[in-house]
Amino acid sequence: MPIVKISLAIKGLAAGQRLRVRADDPAFKADLEAWIRRLGHRLIQYTDAGVQEALIEKVQAT
Amino acid sequence: MTDHAVPAALSNLQAIDEMIQRRIEERLALLGSTSNGPRRGLALIVFSGELDKLIAAFTLATAAASMGMGVSMFFTFWGLVAIKRGRSAKRKDWIGKILTAMLPSSPARTHTSHMNCLGVGPHLIKYLMKKHQAASLEELIRCARELGVRFVACASSMELMSVQKEDFIEGLEYAGAATFLSAAADSAITLFI
Repeated sequence: MPIVKISLAIKGLAAGQRLRVRADDPAFKADLEAWIRRLGHRLIQYTDAGVQEALIEKVQAT
Repeated sequence: MTDHAVPAALSNLQAIDEMIQRRIEERLALLGSTSNGPRRGLALIVFSGELDKLIAAFTLATAAASMGMGVSMFFTFWGLVAIKRGRSAKRKDWIGKILTAMLPSSPARTHTSHMNCLGVGPHLIKYLMKKHQAASLEELIRCARELGVRFVACASSMELMSVQKEDFIEGLEYAGAATFLSAAADSAITLFI
């Protein structure tokens, strides 16, 4: 579900804009990496200190 | 000597230009076919009408749509319940009326495929999903629509199961096996759930 929510949220962004997300899904990191590989957006930062946090930059207009 | 060298160099440049142009066109064609053309989609046959299997189907559909894949869901037999919003008893013969009464009226009323325990199973699953903050089936269905997943109701099983268009949510397509096969042929992944 985090991936679904991210893809819904990123639709409203312009290329170059960034999205910061927090997730507690244990599959989040693996799913996020697969999603990034597939769609070509950039993962600027990923941290996991209790709660996982990622900063994503939208690359192309989708 | 220079008289010959200049036209030769020019025609070389022209040849290179043409070659580059051709390469760009080939690349663009390739890009077009991989971004929204064939063999990128997910085609699902949703045959089952149980809560757990519908959750699995819609989890995959929403995830695939989020990955930029074109997703088609074909609802047939028991799976038609996923797109029902209620039940109407209009224009039905007595068998149809019995079937309508026996089938769940909406996705919220579905049973589980295992451990249904006279209807306790779905409550348990829903409780656990809420506890783990997982999206409910209704939420997954809403997300699927928002992400542009194509919903197709199998017209012949609608007749068989005595369901009518009025029983369903808005914005569906009504089609048959050929429509599914056409979508499946353009898809990289096809699943029967």
